Amino acid sequence: MKKLVASIAIAASLAGFAGVASAAEEHDLKALTEHAIEGGHFPILKPKNEDWSFAGPFGKYDKAQLQRGLKVYKEVCSACHSMKLVAFRSLEELGYNDAQVKAFAAQYDVQDGPNGDGEMYTRKGVPSDHFPSPFANEEAAAAANGGAAPPDFSLLAKARGVERGFPTFIFDIFTQYQEGGPDYIHSLLTGYTNAPEGIQVAEGTHFNPYFAGASALKMPPPLSDGQVTFDDGAPATVDQYARDVAAFMMWAAEPHLEERKRTGFMVMVFLVIFAGLVYLTKKSIYANKEH
Amino acid sequence: MSGGHSSYEPTSGLGKWVDSRLPLPRMVYDSFIAYPVPRNLNYAYTFGAMLAVMLVVQILTGVVLAMHYVASIDLAFGSVEGIMRDVNHGWLLRYLHANGASFFFIAVYLHIARGLYYGSYKAPREILWILGVIIYLLMMATGFMGYVLPWGQMSFWGATVITGFFSAFPLVGEWIQQFLLGGFAVGQPTLNRFFSLHYLLPFVIAGVVILHVWALHVTGQTNPTGVEVKSKTDTVAFTPYATVKDALGVVIFLLAYSWFVFYMPNYLGHPDNYTMANALKTPAHIVPEWYYLPFYAMLRAITFNVGPIDSKLGGVLVMFGSIIVLFFLPWLDTSKVRSAVYRPWYKLFFWLFVADCILLGWLGSRQPTDTYTLMAQFGTLYYFGFFLVIMPVLGLIETPRRLPNSITEAVLEKSAKA
Repeated sequence: MKKLVASIAIAASLAGFAGVASAAEEHDLKALTEHAIEGGHFPILKPKNEDWSFAGPFGKYDKAQLQRGLKVYKEVCSACHSMKLVAFRSLEELGYNDAQVKAFAAQYDVQDGPNGDGEMYTRKGVPSDHFPSPFANEEAAAAANGGAAPPDFSLLAKARGVERGFPTFIFDIFTQYQEGGPDYIHSLLTGYTNAPEGIQVAEGTHFNPYFAGASALKMPPPLSDGQVTFDDGAPATVDQYARDVAAFMMWAAEPHLEERKRTGFMVMVFLVIFAGLVYLTKKSIYANKEH
Repeated sequence: MSGGHSSYEPTSGLGKWVDSRLPLPRMVYDSFIAYPVPRNLNYAYTFGAMLAVMLVVQILTGVVLAMHYVASIDLAFGSVEGIMRDVNHGWLLRYLHANGASFFFIAVYLHIARGLYYGSYKAPREILWILGVIIYLLMMATGFMGYVLPWGQMSFWGATVITGFFSAFPLVGEWIQQFLLGGFAVGQPTLNRFFSLHYLLPFVIAGVVILHVWALHVTGQTNPTGVEVKSKTDTVAFTPYATVKDALGVVIFLLAYSWFVFYMPNYLGHPDNYTMANALKTPAHIVPEWYYLPFYAMLRAITFNVGPIDSKLGGVLVMFGSIIVLFFLPWLDTSKVRSAVYRPWYKLFFWLFVADCILLGWLGSRQPTDTYTLMAQFGTLYYFGFFLVIMPVLGLIETPRRLPNSITEAVLEKSAKA
């Protein structure tokens, strides 16, 4: 019962204190963190809901955003994170032409072989190649990163998502909320902060209240303001980087999203009209029959 | 199939030639065109048609998916992603199939609830009902094995947990578990046999569906009044009356299905299944798919030992028992009146039972706490109490409302009021 009261109080404080002075927030975060650690349920804070161009029934990827996200991935994330399932050729969907994709692929060295002499050799990447991984294998990736391999990027935007809870998960059916992954990624990347006073963080980990697995994670804050320069004048801020790379990861995980939603609209229109016709048929068939 | 007199009259020469050699067109005509159905069937009676459609959708999409899928622990996950990315319309096939499983279960739960509400399982339809329960069991097995095939984290750990149930049985338990897995843990032999069986069972389902429809056409359909058909005025021809109603039900159902397939295809799945299976990394919270959740809740509700039965075996027995009890339903219900429409108390307990199943489903998705476990125990108690106590006792003590003399009388009364 005590626990129940405490959780109600915390839920109420969450709702009530949102957006108030940072001192109160600081205190709040401490209470929430302690509560989460005690109960073993993470994340401490639910991801923030962001606006995404690909949300909703007519959602489309913002190509400029995906190109920026690719740049962030290439210059920052790809140092540790692989993206094995994505082929260079699919970058055409980001608005690049044939020649640009070829040039992009050629920036990478790809191992191929064996050749006629039985030797493996390195060559320039071609569009049919997939993104090469930063480490030779899982074990090497784990060894270089404190024991756990950084997750592959290909599906991460669909492989992450924080439970929405009752009754939100019911409303989600009607609002078509499917952006839990990008919301989580954005919140995580922008959510690094100092651990509240009195909260112990294990050595080599970094406090982040949005991390789904614990109160802190191995990955140090990967982004900082000004780290990547965009060609299109978009702000060089952590928030912008996080937003763009999250959108890019959604595309990497679900490249056919636009086609799916477009097809879906035609299917819905067809079915609604068809349902209307069947309804009228049914009405006329039953017109003279009490039932 | 319909028994009785056939009114099929082939008109063409070819029709007569075929009819005297293999009267298949006659069977179709008698079963799906001239077949008389009660005139008062409502939309609750259209779920059967939806289920037939879903079975066909699952088999068609499944056969094509199997052309691209590789049942190997190293390649399965990647082959599914290959379907999603590189196969023409592969994303559509896979989302249709994955969400199709969920909608198959939505339809079957509504179909079963219809049967419970209108007393469709009562004599002379016991075999019809039992065949239905067998189909449901086969669906559960098929769905479970299908979920293992993408070889994601939830596939692997779900398979580990569920096959682990069998180890609870004394003496033979471990042998059964190893027999199912083809080894000591979920691995390559498990994936291979699950793929084989996942491909086989839908055709077994189709076979039992034929028996189910056969049994239905022998006894005829029930109807919302529960009063049997007595004269010709009580019925209408299957086509066009039932056909058009079924068609409307199916189209509305397809609308809901499409909503999920095209706009929220991953809503009913679990994010963890987009991470490849890893035997060394247990997910924080292993949950089965939503359609098994009530049973999972009942399994976990047994946290105490009963005599020589420890809590693990007790939970497994309760879980299996919750399905097995359905087989005995026709004999557990002692009421002479079939339909809940005329049984005010049964109607109340029925809706409580529906609420109980939803509650158990929700509890099955939660990490168990003391409060939740207690709730699940009460939920389990009501689940079994509904079948084993309320059903037999209520039939003896409840005073039903006056039944109409015939379907026709009920229909005319209703339209006079309107």
